[in-house]
Amino acid sequence: MSYLYAAYILTWVIHIAYLGRLARRYARLRREIQELAKK
Amino acid sequence: MKRAFPILAILTAALLSYGLYQALVVAPTEKTMGDVQRIFYYHVPSAWTGGVLFFVNFVASIAYLVRRNTKADALALASAEVGVLFCTIVLVTGPIWARPVWGIWWTWDLRLTLTLVLWLIYVSYLLLRRFSTSGQTPVIAAVLAILGTLDIPLVYFSIWFFRTQHPQPVIGGGGSIDPRMLHAFFVNLIAFTCFGALVCWSRYRLEILRREVEETQALESLLEVRSSR
Repeated sequence: MSYLYAAYILTWVIHIAYLGRLARRYARLRREIQELAKK
Repeated sequence: MKRAFPILAILTAALLSYGLYQALVVAPTEKTMGDVQRIFYYHVPSAWTGGVLFFVNFVASIAYLVRRNTKADALALASAEVGVLFCTIVLVTGPIWARPVWGIWWTWDLRLTLTLVLWLIYVSYLLLRRFSTSGQTPVIAAVLAILGTLDIPLVYFSIWFFRTQHPQPVIGGGGSIDPRMLHAFFVNLIAFTCFGALVCWSRYRLEILRREVEETQALESLLEVRSSR
């Protein structure tokens, strides 16, 4: 059972880590857009 | 399209939850391998989704080479990145499944080796996109992507034409499967395909936005230089 849980947990850890990276990149772009708008 | 995204995201989350329930609770335990066989419900849909995304990358790369359409180039980049994500899941879940069943984490079997080669090709593609400063990078990357796609049928047919450690296909390969297993498999296949499409869509939108910001920043710098003169 531990192998099964390891596979499922790792799958979601990898997906969530990637989604988190995407969210950070979106946030950084939004900041850059706001800075451009101020100029 | 922006309004459709949250609705599709909620539907995909519901499908993934239902797929998880089907895989862990409803699908019967396989007699030979036991519970560890349930990795199949994540391993195969991930491989399928990765393959679909690499095919999208192939079509977008051809579209870019033919029409020099920057949106096609952005889609090629997004699909390759998300395809690598799913291919990574395959390469992680495969050895975890192999260890209790085969007694080894990895073997240089044709299917496994070709899958690793596929992953390496697309990681090279992403590294090329990330670090090359040449103006020809999208063209070189598109050619690499088209050549890389040739590995996909090799990965798929390797277990049909060669004797490998990797099992023969159960679905479409003449084997029989319990209908509850088949149901759990197809639910997860649809759920992972929808999830892959949503993540690819998000990455594509991010790429378009990034390019727009970069263009605006370049224009801004140009205007600043002109005004200082």
